[in-house]
Amino acid sequence: MLTVYAADAGSDMLAFILRRLVQSVIVMLTVALVAFALFRFVGDPIASMVGQETTLAERAELRDALGLNDPFVVQFGKFVARASTGDFGISYRLQQPVMELILSRLPATLELALVSGVLAFVFGVGFGVYTALRRGNWLSGTIMTASLIGVSLPTFLIGVLLIWVFAVELQWLPSFGRGEVVQVGNWWRTGLLTESGRASLILPAITLGLYQMTLIMRLVRAEMLEVLRTDYIKFARARGLSNRAVHFGHALKNTLVPVITITGLQLGSIIAFSIITETVFQWPGVGALFINSVRFVDVPVMAAYLMLIALVFVVINLVVDLLYYAVDPRLRVDRANARH
Amino acid sequence: MAPVHKSGPLLSVRDLVVEFPTRRGTLRALDKVSFDIAEGEVLGMVGESGAGKSLTGAAIIGLLEPPGRIAGGEILLRGERIDNLPREKMRRIRGRRIGMVFQDPLTSLNPLYTVAEQLIETIRTHMDVSEKEARKRAVALLDRVGIPAAARRIDDYPHHFSGGMRQRVVIALALAAEPELVIADEPTTALDVSVQAQIIDVLKEICAERGASVMLITHDMGVIAETADRVAVLYAGRLAEIGPVRDVIQAAEHPYTVGLMGSIPTLTQTAERLTQIPGSMPRLDAIQQGCAFNPRCTRAFDRCRVERPDLIARGEERQVACWLYDPAKEAQDV
Amino acid sequence: MQETTGKPRLNAVARAWDSDVAWSFRHSPLAVIAAFVSILIILAAVFAPWIAPHDPFNPATLNLMDGFTAPMEPNQFTGNVYWLGTDNQGRDVFSTILYGARISLFVGFMAVLFAMVLGITLGLIAGYRGGWVDSLLMRVADVQLTFPSILLALLIFGVARGFIPPAYREAMAIWVLIVAIGLSDWVQYARVVRGATMVEKSKEYVQAARVIGAHPAKILLRHILPNVMGPVLVIATIGLALAIIAEATLSFLGVGVPSTQPSLGTLIRIGQGFLFSGEWWILLFPSITLLALALSVNLLGDWLRDALNPRLR
Repeated sequence: MLTVYAADAGSDMLAFILRRLVQSVIVMLTVALVAFALFRFVGDPIASMVGQETTLAERAELRDALGLNDPFVVQFGKFVARASTGDFGISYRLQQPVMELILSRLPATLELALVSGVLAFVFGVGFGVYTALRRGNWLSGTIMTASLIGVSLPTFLIGVLLIWVFAVELQWLPSFGRGEVVQVGNWWRTGLLTESGRASLILPAITLGLYQMTLIMRLVRAEMLEVLRTDYIKFARARGLSNRAVHFGHALKNTLVPVITITGLQLGSIIAFSIITETVFQWPGVGALFINSVRFVDVPVMAAYLMLIALVFVVINLVVDLLYYAVDPRLRVDRANARH
Repeated sequence: MAPVHKSGPLLSVRDLVVEFPTRRGTLRALDKVSFDIAEGEVLGMVGESGAGKSLTGAAIIGLLEPPGRIAGGEILLRGERIDNLPREKMRRIRGRRIGMVFQDPLTSLNPLYTVAEQLIETIRTHMDVSEKEARKRAVALLDRVGIPAAARRIDDYPHHFSGGMRQRVVIALALAAEPELVIADEPTTALDVSVQAQIIDVLKEICAERGASVMLITHDMGVIAETADRVAVLYAGRLAEIGPVRDVIQAAEHPYTVGLMGSIPTLTQTAERLTQIPGSMPRLDAIQQGCAFNPRCTRAFDRCRVERPDLIARGEERQVACWLYDPAKEAQDV
Repeated sequence: MQETTGKPRLNAVARAWDSDVAWSFRHSPLAVIAAFVSILIILAAVFAPWIAPHDPFNPATLNLMDGFTAPMEPNQFTGNVYWLGTDNQGRDVFSTILYGARISLFVGFMAVLFAMVLGITLGLIAGYRGGWVDSLLMRVADVQLTFPSILLALLIFGVARGFIPPAYREAMAIWVLIVAIGLSDWVQYARVVRGATMVEKSKEYVQAARVIGAHPAKILLRHILPNVMGPVLVIATIGLALAIIAEATLSFLGVGVPSTQPSLGTLIRIGQGFLFSGEWWILLFPSITLLALALSVNLLGDWLRDALNPRLR
């Protein structure tokens, strides 16, 4: 419950957003500190930038030129300043600007994450509601057991098994890559507009979304069962409202309030988990880039990816909070009306 | 006082048995409970918590929580059985013919909908009226239950109202489709003492106005004394005594009722003089053979420990389940 | 004499058998099966050197001619029969699974142990000290919780590799993996212990301990641990399933254990390579083992949580 005493709902909302923004900036700065520490202390930046034949004097000169001899705070400040303009330096491994690398691969990851997020939400809520309302019948029993397997199956194993069944045995769907992609605008290359692009998306999207779907489903089911036990649902039944009105008008709406939060946060996890899916399906996204950077200790890419994921999480958190605020009237403390 | 058995009761409960299957065997939560409620009558239902008062209400309105189930007896509304109706038919009775008010107004209303939305939804579920007409009725109802500036406050969310005001909203909702019977399950227990009397008054007045009967579930004998026409006393899932309020209060017959009446504080009594029945009500899985009250009863004799007493008629309007009033025994004693 | 000593013990057994947890166990066929499967795999892994028909890591016993033998079929060159077939190097798949499960379980158990010790220690410190120590630890926990643990484990793994000289990376890989998975999963233990500590520390016996000069933290530990045993056990069981999955995932991604010591995840990665050429058994059997292990431990954890917390039933 908010305890902001504002004259009207508008400035109330503003204060709420402002506070969340401040929190977000603090989180981002913390993550930046970790990323910077990575940069500064993992491996020797100079050693990874120059060849064997560079002399010690040249190295010292470079060290000075790069500002590596500045005080820690100054270096961190510079790092943050450069990072906020999208400058994360050059990849040790690929010798290209990190930001360029990431941006060229981001559309692939975002398309994959979005499609699997939608899949996970739609099926997760649907199955969750069904299993909560039809507790004890054989179909919900089957769904619940299947969901347990879904939670226990590592993502990569789901991917491998899907490839085996649908790509190797049945040969219905491609097993790797994005298919044909189309340039849209300057930065975006999409696979959604071609048939092979869409076909290539199916298996990775299911792989990536399955785990999140089972999570959402179990959450929706648990919340729904909880809500169905509340007094206001009993009272709604006692007033003779139809099952449909009680279940979907009252229970589902109240269920969705907490579900929105978790689902929003899951979207962030989906982007992070895409590391695994992208590796299995050789999907040319940022996750695959990150895995290779970990393998080769390519620190600038690791640091940039960390910041990117943090940014995604922070933005999603912010949006989720705002959504929450919009859905639950109890959070809108409009004092003008709150008279007793 | 309303004539009880003559014109045919509005509600008639006959030998109602409610059971809960549990892991350690089946619990019998209500055991052969029988009573009537006449047209326009207020029946008070008293007993300790766990005696089965709320269960009786839930069974009547068809909302027993699984795994609880009606295992015997019947419930008749104007002579028609309603305990075995198909779900959809029973749903149409809920709200329309039997309304219900729950204990806690803070949790009875859906926090995500305005009062108007909840009222209009209820009205339009049962009555074929336009949205506009439903809203007009809703405002009138809120006004009638005593919400100031009803036309404006109707669009507020439940959390904008205080506890007492919310219970008024709950009453408006329960009465929205003009039911013939209102089951009020401890309607004031969760409220501030200062507003309890007001809520009871509103409930009583508005039901009287519409000719609706009330089954008032409470453990507060004071409320019963002021509000009810008749009172039924439940003990461990069994009916101990039932009769006109004045008679039962002034001359309780069942030893349990006698003890219960002794615990009503009145202005002329001081706290020390309140009597208390020693012991506590048995758990449902540990009810003694014979009369359920026998381990605590000061007047129990051999038969009470062996044989369960049925309701014994005491005059026109009263019944009591106690071997002390067995005609055979009384004849012997005389 | 025997009567008096024997009886209490018998009673204790009877009481345990009659307790709610045991009752719930006996009436949950899924939990019984899960326990059976977990114990079976754990025993098989522990006794792998005695059970396995071959030593897959001893090059002297390997015969490349045995490579790609299908399950239950005699090899076309040597005529040898392997239950679950062999891989490209002629290693017996059944034996590699036993040894692989051994490594998976070792990493899993050690990671859980590490996370538990770390979480309980930090939780105790946060709960007992309070103030800024508590705020700092809990803020770190909050921030960490917003990131998926697999991502954290990957990062920690990458960072640790940056610190370790390349020559030692292979040898240290397993320990780095354990630390990475353990570090990514300490938060829940810390929260439970912190909560319990804050409740206990205001109680009189802690004050009394201070008066008689005992260190209150020692006493707290002795009183709090029994209280949090239930939740910690649940977290640890589910944590074990998660750690096994995390290890398999990292190894599958090629950043986990070195290929000289293949875990189940590594075996699946190797097996994936033979999918298109038709040697399905190299992939399938390790996958089934991993699934059975993760699923049964998960089921046990799930059941344990419900059994210890009847309110949720």
